[in-house]
Amino acid sequence: MSEMKIVSGNFAAAYGAKLSRVEVVAAYPITPQTEVVEKIAELVSEGEMDSEYIKVESEHSAMAACIAASNAGARAYTASSAHGLALMHELLIWASGARLPVVMTNINRAMGPPWSVWADHHDTLAQKGTGQLQFFCENNQEVLDSVIMAYKICEDEEIMLPAMVVEDAFILSHTKEPVEIYDQELVDEFLPSYDPDYKLDVDQPLGFGSLGMPDWYMDFRYKIAEAMEKAPEKIKKVNKEFEEVFGRDPGGLIEEYKTDGVDVLIVTMGSISSTSKDVIDELREEGHNIGLARLRTFRPFPVEEFRKLTKGVNVVGVMDRSYTFGHGGDAAREIKDALYGHRDVILKDYIVGLGGRDLTPKILKNVMLDAISLQDKGLDKEIEWVDLKINQERWRR
Amino acid sequence: MAKVPEIELMNKGTTACPGCGAAHAMRYMLKALGKKTMINIPACCWAVIPGVYPSRNLDIPLLYTAFETTGASSSGVRAALNAKGIDPEEITVVGFAGDGGTADIGIQALSGCLERGTDTIQIMYDNEAYMNTGIQRSGETPYGAWTTTTPVGSKKAWKKNPKKNMMEIVNAHGSPYAATVSVGHPELMIEKIKKAKEFRGPKFIHIYAPCPTGWRSDPSNTIELCRLAVDSCAFPLYEIENGEYNIYKKPKEKIPVKEYLKLQGRFRHLPAEEVEKIQKNVDREWELLLKKEEFTKKDDGD
Repeated sequence: MSEMKIVSGNFAAAYGAKLSRVEVVAAYPITPQTEVVEKIAELVSEGEMDSEYIKVESEHSAMAACIAASNAGARAYTASSAHGLALMHELLIWASGARLPVVMTNINRAMGPPWSVWADHHDTLAQKGTGQLQFFCENNQEVLDSVIMAYKICEDEEIMLPAMVVEDAFILSHTKEPVEIYDQELVDEFLPSYDPDYKLDVDQPLGFGSLGMPDWYMDFRYKIAEAMEKAPEKIKKVNKEFEEVFGRDPGGLIEEYKTDGVDVLIVTMGSISSTSKDVIDELREEGHNIGLARLRTFRPFPVEEFRKLTKGVNVVGVMDRSYTFGHGGDAAREIKDALYGHRDVILKDYIVGLGGRDLTPKILKNVMLDAISLQDKGLDKEIEWVDLKINQERWRR
Repeated sequence: MAKVPEIELMNKGTTACPGCGAAHAMRYMLKALGKKTMINIPACCWAVIPGVYPSRNLDIPLLYTAFETTGASSSGVRAALNAKGIDPEEITVVGFAGDGGTADIGIQALSGCLERGTDTIQIMYDNEAYMNTGIQRSGETPYGAWTTTTPVGSKKAWKKNPKKNMMEIVNAHGSPYAATVSVGHPELMIEKIKKAKEFRGPKFIHIYAPCPTGWRSDPSNTIELCRLAVDSCAFPLYEIENGEYNIYKKPKEKIPVKEYLKLQGRFRHLPAEEVEKIQKNVDREWELLLKKEEFTKKDDGD
């Protein structure tokens, strides 16, 4: 029987791995991910989870071990955060190059220096070009759901790519919410066991990852690009299947919140979305024609969906909890890229909440009111840093 | 002495240089371990020697891994096999890395693999420099050697640091079995690798594998160099079994180390006093090894 439990985002990730019948876990502790690995260790040592748990000596080795296990035909899982994820970088690319459906949970945390353990999307978005699918979760239920879904999507023979299911540090990782822990039989029905066509096998010896000369390499890269192009449809399909089995829609590519015929569209990612939805309700009550798009799947980027969503919209206000030094936040950049030549719309990039800076309903409302005001006054600046010490008065009033 | 098994799991068509010790290393290793072996190979000469895609000259499953990951990759393969109910007695998981991939960039993953007790054989084929990238010094390059990053020059900047002792580093992890072997002594090499396979837990094999290209030696001298290395005690053949040392091939008559050095262009620049210094160090290490053997020998009389 499925049961409701009050669990943190980290426990939800661990239960997601357990329900996915992960065969090999390799992980290294880092704040604020530690509860994931502790919970898995507990589940394994209590005999509740039947997995080989490799206690590796670094995150780099964690992903290397997952890659090897996956190559040997096992379903593999890891979890990390920030600096740990950055250390894995080489192997995140390796996993996609090797076409291995390793799934990981990353707890979105700021990169140092200065040292910070709080919420920030820089770590995850710095990996956007590694060939990983990226799912940004809004709540703990979605964390659990997305781990299970990610395996189903990634192990599809047309996809065969790794994925990152990401949750914001502390706001989700350490905050307890009611989460439905599904009945194992129900999950088994949704997610069959992993049985790849090619794996390490002494009876059919093959080589994996050998030297590819220039006459081959590019074609292998194209195959990955093709798989990524197929991924949006696959995600939508699996999302639908998930809804049929579990009665819950995890959000697909983009979750649309009151977006029909809006003048102003706000775009958020991750945990600020729930607070933002409340603020949207408030503004709508006050007579503003505003809605919210929660960008759940960052890779593959939902290009078509943004083109559709922005039809008839005057202003797009994007809240980026990260900044790519040199030019703006990642979400705003990519949305602009998607809209180029398709929509003539005002788009403003709001840099918010870096390193866990609190995003109160008041601040979010002021951001949205600023976006609304652009309809009359036009775009004042492309990128605005919100709630800095030098402009706090404006955003907190 | 064990016979060399007839099984050939390394086929023709390698891209190895003439006289390559590493090519012998793989061939004998596979003869020792047989078909039921899975091998993890990081960046090294052996990432290239099996041939480029879609060719492959090894008849065993082969997993190429990133340079610094051999130990972690081996743990991953072993864990997957455990999850499938395939015991270490049934399939041997091997990490097969060069000296850089084992002793330098890969030492963290190796240490983790040993400390975790992964049931695997970690093999370092030691050609004493980064040979695949073109002869740069590694932690295993011996004192006095020329490499492209210790180019001698007017400042006499040959390698000034000693060779890293991987056997001691492995032994410090409490691993059940470690052995040095040499491609110039194939029967003994096969015997020791077969022996390693019988231990449960993490095993380590240090293969001495001359590189004519990097050592500036004649390809026809590869086997001769192996024998001179052992006979001069520059590379002693010994094993450590649960902490007990056993020098399994003691030279009948210890020859001067200069006999070994003079066949290698990489030591050509060394003045006599430096050769003397190397001799003294080899003597000291050999005495120390003999004492370790004596000290750790089980006294069956008690």
